[in-house]
Amino acid sequence: MYTEKVMDHFQNPRNMGELEDAAGVGTVGNAKCGDIMRIYLDIDEKQIIQDVKFKTFGCGAAVATSSMATELVKGKNINEALQVTNRAVMEALDGLPPVKVHCSLLAEEAIHAALWDYAEKNHIVIEGLEKPKSDIHEDEEEEEEDY
Amino acid sequence: MDKFIYLDNAATTKTATEVLDAMLPFFSEQYGNPSSIYSFAGKSQSAVMKQREIIAEVIGAQDNEIYFTAGGTESDNWALKAAVDAYEKKGNHIITTKIEHHAILHTCEYLEKKGVEVTYLDVDEYGIVDLEQLKAAIRPTTILISVMFANNEIGTVEPVKEIGAIAREHGILFHTDAVQAMGQIPINVDECNIDMLSASGHKINGPKGIGFLYIRKGVRIRSFIHGGAQERKRRAGTENVPGIIGLGTAVKRAAVSLAARTAQEAELRDYYIKRVLEEIPHCRLNGHPEKRLANNTNISFRFIEGEALLIRLDMVGICGSSGSACTSGSLDPSHVLLAIGLPHEIAHGSLRLTLSDETTKEELDYVVDRLKVIVQGLRDMSPLYEDYMKKHTN
Repeated sequence: MYTEKVMDHFQNPRNMGELEDAAGVGTVGNAKCGDIMRIYLDIDEKQIIQDVKFKTFGCGAAVATSSMATELVKGKNINEALQVTNRAVMEALDGLPPVKVHCSLLAEEAIHAALWDYAEKNHIVIEGLEKPKSDIHEDEEEEEEDY
Repeated sequence: MDKFIYLDNAATTKTATEVLDAMLPFFSEQYGNPSSIYSFAGKSQSAVMKQREIIAEVIGAQDNEIYFTAGGTESDNWALKAAVDAYEKKGNHIITTKIEHHAILHTCEYLEKKGVEVTYLDVDEYGIVDLEQLKAAIRPTTILISVMFANNEIGTVEPVKEIGAIAREHGILFHTDAVQAMGQIPINVDECNIDMLSASGHKINGPKGIGFLYIRKGVRIRSFIHGGAQERKRRAGTENVPGIIGLGTAVKRAAVSLAARTAQEAELRDYYIKRVLEEIPHCRLNGHPEKRLANNTNISFRFIEGEALLIRLDMVGICGSSGSACTSGSLDPSHVLLAIGLPHEIAHGSLRLTLSDETTKEELDYVVDRLKVIVQGLRDMSPLYEDYMKKHTN
């Protein structure tokens, strides 16, 4: 069902983890649909993405698209990073099954959400960047069951 | 060297050697059409009759009450659609549950579009139907109650005897989808007042593409597949003779081994469940702890998603299934897990492992050992786990 590249990125995710004091953090998706992605960006004064990490709750494709998206934005400046589309992520993975295309959209959105957070923190406007649509806290129930 | 541990026996089972051996002569040696007149074909006919007797005896029925079909889905479709046709003068209301197999639920949805009214009963946190709600749902127009014998995902066994008694008391037909229960629980159609029962071959070490529908004598439902005079004209089409031989052999084999096999499976089931719940934090057992199929386990692992878990298990040679959306082909996780009240995110992280008589303790130890590593690995990747840990360590 998945290409070798998807399997590789699922098996050996690149840039998985967290960044302390990240310049921008974005979390998209919701638990209801079974996909949540969080992207951490470390951006220097020249607006270059020096480091990037991700965390993902989701299926094989969700993990692989997050992993690939981090690879594609690493080392780029914020405007170039904004140009990394879901299509680019899919192509880099040699394709996704049709039912998994939404995972690549989520990966693109997660990058945008992290850039948005960076822009807000630094009071700048990144041309072409819109406020990310989804947020995990929108319809999350505040419940803490312990088991 | 490659490990292969098959723990998806609720999806399908290995065809038993004795089943296959019984079937083989009916492909290229005794290949006669049971409807033909010459003595060569008579062997096929008598072999088919013999299987009907075997199956009837196992469930306490008469042999002319067993109708061979292409499997559980066809049996379910037939029972519901034909009952609606036959009893339209009495009414147009069916009562079923929210946790039925899609063979029932999607047939009900189809019938609703045709004007049939359907009540979908709730279940409790363990997946057990509420008998009071069932009684309250009965109307003068109710023609059929269809409740599964045991659930395919969480293994919960329904109070079929009580449901049968309620149906009988109200003069309503009672159908049960026994695809998962057959061969796992002793079934007697008279004791449970079952009027129709669906079963399948490949869930009990028989071949795929064969099953049966038990229809109690006197129940008026008629043909579903029109054509020749096979199956008392109720299900036309040349008999799948090798399949029927395989089904009969599998039913008998399962009945003979039932007590010892299910005792062994239940012990291993409980061993696996206990180890997982004790050794892996943040997980819960889905389904009833005792009233469950001897071979069924279903556990939700919080903060992770089922498909990712299945792929990682596959990489270490373990076959299982999940109720996550990604494995259902929709955005929603399993309707059964939602019906027992699980929040979406926890339903997404479920793992169903279903045992067979070949499953060993060593295999389950390997599974639990791998699971511990895989679950932790996926949790380390999960933003939900990260948030949870931050909240609970500070």
